[in-house]
Amino acid sequence: MSGAEAIGRRILVTGASGLLGKAVAQLLHDRGHSVLTLQRRAVQQDWESMQGSMADPDVAARAVHGVDAVIHLAAKVSFTGEWSDFVATNIVGTRQLLTAAQRAGVRDFVFVSSPSVAHLGSSIVGAGAGAASPDFARGHYARSKAAAEEIALAQDSPAFRVTAIRPHVVWGPGDTQLVQRIVERSRAGRLPLLDGGRALIDTTYVDNAAEAIVRGLERMDYAHGQALVVTNGEPRPVGELIAGICAAAGVPAPAYSVPGWLARGAGTAIEKVWTAAGTRGWVHDEPPMTRFLAEQLSTAHWFDQRHTQAVLDWKPAVSLDEGLARLAEYYQHRDSPKF
Amino acid sequence: MVGVSLPATEFPDPWPGVKARWRRMVSVPSTAAVDAPGTRREWHLLDNAQDVAATGMEPVGTLFCIHGNPTWSYLWRTLLAEATSPATVAAGGPWRVVAVDQLDMGFSERTGTFRRLADRITDLGDLSDALELSGPVVSVGHDWGGIISLGWATRHRELLAGVVLTNTAVHPAGFSLPPALKLALHPAVHSWGTTATPAFLSITHGLAQPALSDDVRAAFMAPYASPSRRVGVGNFVADIPATESHPSWAALDAVSTDISTLEVPVLMFWGPKDPVFSDRYLRDLLTRMPQADVHRFEGASHLVQEDRDIAVPTFAWLAQRVSAHSTTENADRVQQDYVPMLSELDSRRADTSVAVVDMLPDGTATTSWTLSWAELARDVDDLAAGLRELGVRSGDRISLLVPPGIKLTTLIYACLRLGAIIVVADAGLGTRGLGRAIKGAGPNYLIGIDKALAGARLYNWPGIKIAAEDFNASTAAASKKLLNITATIPELMANGRALHLAGNRPSFTAPDPDSDAAVLFTSGSTGPAKGVMYTHRRLAAMRDTLKTTYSLKAGTALVAGFAPFALLGPALGATTVTPDMDVTAPSTLTAQALANAAVAIDATVVFASPAALVNVVATAAGLSPAQRKALTAVELVLSAGAPLAEQLLHQVQELAPNAALHTPYGMTEALPVTDIDLAGISAAGAGNGVCVGTPVSGASVAIAPINDDGAVRPEPTTEAEVSGEILVRAPHVKARYDRLWITEQHSTSIDGWHRSGDIGHLDAEGRLWVEGRMEHILCTTDGVRTPVAAEQAIELLGDVARAAVVGVGPAGTQSAVAIVETVPPVRSAGLAPASLAAAVRAAAKKTGLSLAAVVAIDAMPVDVRHNSKIDRAKLSRWAARMLSGGKPGRP
Repeated sequence: MSGAEAIGRRILVTGASGLLGKAVAQLLHDRGHSVLTLQRRAVQQDWESMQGSMADPDVAARAVHGVDAVIHLAAKVSFTGEWSDFVATNIVGTRQLLTAAQRAGVRDFVFVSSPSVAHLGSSIVGAGAGAASPDFARGHYARSKAAAEEIALAQDSPAFRVTAIRPHVVWGPGDTQLVQRIVERSRAGRLPLLDGGRALIDTTYVDNAAEAIVRGLERMDYAHGQALVVTNGEPRPVGELIAGICAAAGVPAPAYSVPGWLARGAGTAIEKVWTAAGTRGWVHDEPPMTRFLAEQLSTAHWFDQRHTQAVLDWKPAVSLDEGLARLAEYYQHRDSPKF
Repeated sequence: MVGVSLPATEFPDPWPGVKARWRRMVSVPSTAAVDAPGTRREWHLLDNAQDVAATGMEPVGTLFCIHGNPTWSYLWRTLLAEATSPATVAAGGPWRVVAVDQLDMGFSERTGTFRRLADRITDLGDLSDALELSGPVVSVGHDWGGIISLGWATRHRELLAGVVLTNTAVHPAGFSLPPALKLALHPAVHSWGTTATPAFLSITHGLAQPALSDDVRAAFMAPYASPSRRVGVGNFVADIPATESHPSWAALDAVSTDISTLEVPVLMFWGPKDPVFSDRYLRDLLTRMPQADVHRFEGASHLVQEDRDIAVPTFAWLAQRVSAHSTTENADRVQQDYVPMLSELDSRRADTSVAVVDMLPDGTATTSWTLSWAELARDVDDLAAGLRELGVRSGDRISLLVPPGIKLTTLIYACLRLGAIIVVADAGLGTRGLGRAIKGAGPNYLIGIDKALAGARLYNWPGIKIAAEDFNASTAAASKKLLNITATIPELMANGRALHLAGNRPSFTAPDPDSDAAVLFTSGSTGPAKGVMYTHRRLAAMRDTLKTTYSLKAGTALVAGFAPFALLGPALGATTVTPDMDVTAPSTLTAQALANAAVAIDATVVFASPAALVNVVATAAGLSPAQRKALTAVELVLSAGAPLAEQLLHQVQELAPNAALHTPYGMTEALPVTDIDLAGISAAGAGNGVCVGTPVSGASVAIAPINDDGAVRPEPTTEAEVSGEILVRAPHVKARYDRLWITEQHSTSIDGWHRSGDIGHLDAEGRLWVEGRMEHILCTTDGVRTPVAAEQAIELLGDVARAAVVGVGPAGTQSAVAIVETVPPVRSAGLAPASLAAAVRAAAKKTGLSLAAVVAIDAMPVDVRHNSKIDRAKLSRWAARMLSGGKPGRP
């Protein structure tokens, strides 16, 4: 058991301005580790932090100096954008951080990945973590993360241990990605269900994802060299999940459904138009539908968690229903909604 | 497994499933008549000798495998692979497998000769001599190769230890060639179809169910790429002796006669969808080799070894039948009190009191048909004599498609008298299921009412046809011809009567107690209905169990609303009345019809199905005082077939206030197993499953515990609260499954017990609780869960009529999904509305089961016979499809 000896380590967390990164840093801090975070934006936290981009080799070298372990969450997460941007942040950035960490004598490296690196567009029904597929994963984000995960795991050695943790669809209070988008679109009446929202999807409450990532570090003896999908282990029809999130936020749930095949086709078209428009500065938000999103919303993806839970010696502490209750509480006590 | 590494320089697999090291060329001196003396022939074989050597063990024996036309040794690759598998080695040792490419076929020599059947049998002998095959050898054949392998077998008895056949025929005299073969032989088609083009090959490969993959298809085609390579294919077809004048007729006739004298174990694997070597050839082979173990793979076709796994069961069979030299025959030899089914009838030949009564439509006691015991005994004998006169013999199978009543009763006891095996498949299976059941049992005779005979004509059901009723004089000839009727029951009865009136009082030899007596069919709610074989001894044991458990005695008056038990009435010595109802639809039994039947015989006992009782309660308002009074005399009501709601039993109790209400639990393979009465059900209360009480007289029950992955541990226990597969032991358990050797092996794999396929547990009082079917268990991350408790909790919700909980996803990590039928039903299937879903989740959660999804459905898929068993396997597939984005559609 490596948990005890891990107390008091100096740990770098990248991408700590996001929902999950913040939760990971907080958890490590609460457990008595010396936390250093690296993010693009300046933040006010209880721990040491530095600002900068990982695309800058000097930043990476400074960040890993004197560090025992790295948890690498920083990534470009988007349904659209130029491939070169994904390469710069997700592939080159990861490689630079890995190189810097090895040079600095870092012992352990947790690469936070995504199940989408192995999702080839069809349903995932109770499967384990498949091999990352840079060639066939869907969309720029997934392909770049797949390439980065391959690079990271290839570095795994007794002296420099690497694991890849793949939390699936992370959500929770303060989430600006999934939750906020669902709430905004539902309020605007712009969110359809695909195929009646029947596809079973497993998600991860943010606290569970953070705990699993930290367990990845604590259980590195067993986890290194592997990719592990992390979820709540509670698949639900996607329509019910969305309705639950809407109910928690006090907005109406999606009232109409479109066929999945139609959305997948339309998503491809919309995505192209949006990307073209974006490069011309005409639009600045994410497109209303992309092929990747349509696939995510109309095909089942839920996972076999037995191996992950055994390796990490971990079980999710916050159930789906408890998570939704916490979300509702969060929305009730917010002073002024941003939207 | 003992392991010696194989040569490091292994070549890549030449075809899918074939190791390069198996391939071998052998030069063999020929003694075939077609070859000049001194000729040598080059043979290509697949031989696993290296694999056997690598195990470091001596082979148990050799499988000598002969392909048919137009395949090659590739057909047997799964046998070569399985012959040295760890499982095979553990079961007794490795087997050598030599799969032959016949000359002019596969990759063996193209001889330029026309090799006839006699040459080919000699060829095989030449090869086995050259290979110096020593015993024991098991010949294995397919298609036309089956005949050649049998020809070799009859000439190498000193080596022969067994015979395995797959879809073949010995083309006996009196049988016409299958139409497809006739076409292949037609001069206009023959050379074009077989040699000039690969049509014959393509058509044969196209028979596979499911279709062959492209690489396997290419492998089958590989040796036959050009017309010159296909000459053997054409010659093979031309050598099929269609008439007695054909040069190969005598050789064929000799083989088909000689195999009757083979005394070795025989295994037949059969694909019944084969358009050429159809079931009739299986039946013919069984008359020649009655010792054969048979497994018919429902849905499989000609290339049965491609359609199903025959390799694993073949080696299981070899271990059991050939290498072990043990005969599993037969626990039945244990002597116990055996009273023949006909004893009661025989002892009452002079009894003029009422034995059987049929209530006629809208019947009162005055419009009924009644026979005394004396009349019934006489009719049974006369009909038996008439059937024998027609040619029915002991061991013949007779399919009875006649509704319950006096006629069916008479037929059944006449067949038992003759030692003929009754085949009872009821219309509740549906036309398709009924047809499959009849074809599977392969009756020699088929006796039916008009509707059944029309079905037999339309769907080509086997057996000599006998009409249950006479035709009226004006249409008799036309109907007989149209339906291909050989005789009618009234005619046969009259013939028998004439014989006995002429003074030839018929004498019948009592059948061996351990000979086959009846094939009954399972309801088919979980896949194709299975034939279940009972011997005379086991039928008699069923009667004795009922008699002891329910204190039935001579003088009991029985209303027979549930077929299987009702047939036992005359054997029990009980007066039996068949109420006026459509037996194919139990729910047509009205309270009036039941009461009228009760009035007719002063009934003391009622046998009924749950569906029938539901309708009886629903129609009770219209009962007259006299009818009500008749029901007060009933002492026992037995509801068999499916569990019955306690509330409904209370309603039945109001109608029959003096009756003990019993709901036995059992299955077609063992009727009954346990029993419980209304008071017992009330006392048991709610629990995980349905409490079905304690074992009936002579029966014992145990549990085979179940692992988290759903696997059953073969360690029977009677410990309380241990869930697992329910095991049954009783003198009245089936003798075996009929022509389902693999299924039979599975059901008896826990020594001394019948594996019921039901899951349940015993409680501290020794009562059995049934939790569902084994195939309905959920293997979740929380371990194995049964659906019944959650379903019962969900069904307590006000707006839920019926609920089924199924697993979706891979075993071990399945998600639980509840499917509910609501009141009123939803118009189309889909996710349940939020409020219902929440309520259903909460109800399931109370039983400890977390649901991934709640789906509302307009109507559950149920079995036809009971209209009550939900087809959960179908539901599970459907739920998995729609919850991964597929269209809802129908389950």
